[in-house]
Amino acid sequence: MTTQEQTHWSDRDFPEAAKELLQDSQIRSNVRHATNVIQAKRNNVVGELADWQQLRDAGAAIRAHSLEHLDYYLAQFEEACTRAGGHVHWARDSAEANRIILGLIQKHDAKEVIKIKTMTSEEIGLNQNLEANGIHPIETDLAELIIQLGRDKPSHFVVPALHKNRQEVREIFRREMNLPDLGERPEDLASAARTYLREKYLRIKVAVSGANFLIAENGAVCIVESEGNGRMCLTLPDVLISLVGIEKVLPKYRDMEVFLQTLPRSATGERMNPYNSIWTGVHEGDGPKEFHVVLLDNRRSPILGDAESRQTLQCIRCAACLNVCPVYHQTGGHAYESVYAGPIGAILTPQLHSMTEGRSLPYASSLCGACYEVCPVKINIPEVLIHLRGKVVEEDQKTLSGKFGMWNIGMQAAAFLFASSSRLSLAQHLGQIGQKLVVSKNGVIERLPFMLSGWTQTRDLMPLPDQTFRDWWAQRKPPSDHSPAQENFHVE
Amino acid sequence: MRVSLFITCYNDTLFPETGKSVVRVLERLGHTVEFRAGQTCCGQMHWNTGYLKEAVPILRHFVDVYRDAETIVVPSSSCVSMMRDHYLKAAESVGDKRLAADVQDLLPRVYEFTEFLVKKLGVEDVGATYPHKVTFHTSCHSERSLHLGDIPIRLLKQVRGLQLLKLENPQECCGFGGTFSIKNADVSSAMLADKVRTVLNTGAEICTAVDNSCLMHLHGSLHRQRTFARTAHIAEILASTAGDRV
Repeated sequence: MTTQEQTHWSDRDFPEAAKELLQDSQIRSNVRHATNVIQAKRNNVVGELADWQQLRDAGAAIRAHSLEHLDYYLAQFEEACTRAGGHVHWARDSAEANRIILGLIQKHDAKEVIKIKTMTSEEIGLNQNLEANGIHPIETDLAELIIQLGRDKPSHFVVPALHKNRQEVREIFRREMNLPDLGERPEDLASAARTYLREKYLRIKVAVSGANFLIAENGAVCIVESEGNGRMCLTLPDVLISLVGIEKVLPKYRDMEVFLQTLPRSATGERMNPYNSIWTGVHEGDGPKEFHVVLLDNRRSPILGDAESRQTLQCIRCAACLNVCPVYHQTGGHAYESVYAGPIGAILTPQLHSMTEGRSLPYASSLCGACYEVCPVKINIPEVLIHLRGKVVEEDQKTLSGKFGMWNIGMQAAAFLFASSSRLSLAQHLGQIGQKLVVSKNGVIERLPFMLSGWTQTRDLMPLPDQTFRDWWAQRKPPSDHSPAQENFHVE
Repeated sequence: MRVSLFITCYNDTLFPETGKSVVRVLERLGHTVEFRAGQTCCGQMHWNTGYLKEAVPILRHFVDVYRDAETIVVPSSSCVSMMRDHYLKAAESVGDKRLAADVQDLLPRVYEFTEFLVKKLGVEDVGATYPHKVTFHTSCHSERSLHLGDIPIRLLKQVRGLQLLKLENPQECCGFGGTFSIKNADVSSAMLADKVRTVLNTGAEICTAVDNSCLMHLHGSLHRQRTFARTAHIAEILASTAGDRV
């Protein structure tokens, strides 16, 4: 049996990956178009609700409460789910989750499984592990099918193929489904996917899913979706295996009232999802005969232990923060080199890797705050980004290269100057003299050295004025000479 | 009213005209302006870049300088948001209860410049004349941290001769983000390119904002591209009168 520790995409840091993606005008235009469409729909349906802010407050409170008492609610879920005929498995990490799922599939001698879109399975590299063990997973979500057939990676966790346009999708289907005459209308593509998938729903007896929510009080599992592929996977096979992060539990069924309003509106701009499946255990003659839930920790527990960043786990994966993010707009999701892209990915990914990977991601934000504004569970993403930057800096300062790196030296020097106004003033005067080395004959700064060169690649910088404000103030005539009367001020 | 001006480190060094304009507007409205020479910086650059423990002495210095000030006015929404969003947390992070209490005592007396004019003084017409085509960029911190809403627009609408032109996506970040513009220079430049395009599309001569940080960023590109458009902090517009040559 082959398993891998954690899905590992690449060693490139964000600026490097982003630089390459910024050259791809097709991806940029696809991403911009798709996020604008979703954003506009989201704004419309959110605007309809007079109590939107209260729903955000309620959502945040329920999620925070669930996390606060996660041990209790998980145990309650396990008990209720088992009572209803389900089997609950606990997976400490990716390797354990892969082992459990593989074992269940092998027990039924299945060579193929159908899958509903689940980013958690991407997180543990499930597809690669199944393939390596001779089992073929078939993605049934349209976007995930496009990704799978195109041998691509998801760039968005609600709309994984958001970076592809219709023509590109047609090419993939034509090639992979052997349909040389396939048209490019949405209905042509949907119909091709339907024909391709229907046969598989009817034939394949094991399905793998994720979940949007677990409900502790009755052991129910919930999936919301738009295409109906999920409903097929949840009802037709004999065996259903749901892989779920431990953070996804809600205390009560009635908590769904909040999230079934906020999640679809935030995610796809719909008032409600076309398909809302909520099931409890197994029932004779109705749906799968065998149902397993694999509860995945995979370094979520340490996040729970950090009071500053615990709110990261409140996420309900709506991706509204991706759609509104001006950084994501420019680069798309692949620049994050992670299953979870965008602002939430920038805080979740490095934490899921105990800050050993994705260390450039907390810096992949201008801290504009748009993500926090739209978040339906009020995760203060900018605050967590800064907290994680603090961790990165703290760790860097423990190494020689970090301690004597240009950033640390620059920041320590600036901190020294800002500790006293006379030091700051001296530095200002030195700057006024020293800048003569970098000011061009046009009277502006067109090229800066070292790490500052990034600024001048597209921007000029005005030189420091001859006089600082504090110097102007110091030699200013007493305010009595500047009486309001002198200005002939008259308000009409 | 006795107003203590916190000019901010980069306005002090790079944009003294903004400070002079704030003084001019406030004195014209009959207030006394003081400038505490001990002031330096709010600590935002350190804090936002992850140099958290280095930021604490800087904010401690700020609190010491302004402890007994009646009202503090700051011509930068991002510095005010640093104070409102992070000062208390910073003080608590080092377990300094005294500093945390001082911060809570001081913060209600700190105002962003336009917020001070409209919310505290109740003034929208400051007697300015500025016969130019102007567009307004809504800086991120003014919108999503300080929630200034239409406060700056209300002030601009009272300026004689000023033609206000609507910016497309006014609330989308210009891509500055402090050290983000250096650490992620390519993405920052791409964001800036979008913002500059919308500014030029308005046909405005001047793009204004309540933050010189965004404006320095925008100006850098407008100047590099040899465009006709320039930038000016809102205080400079509000300070202008009929006799001025702009």
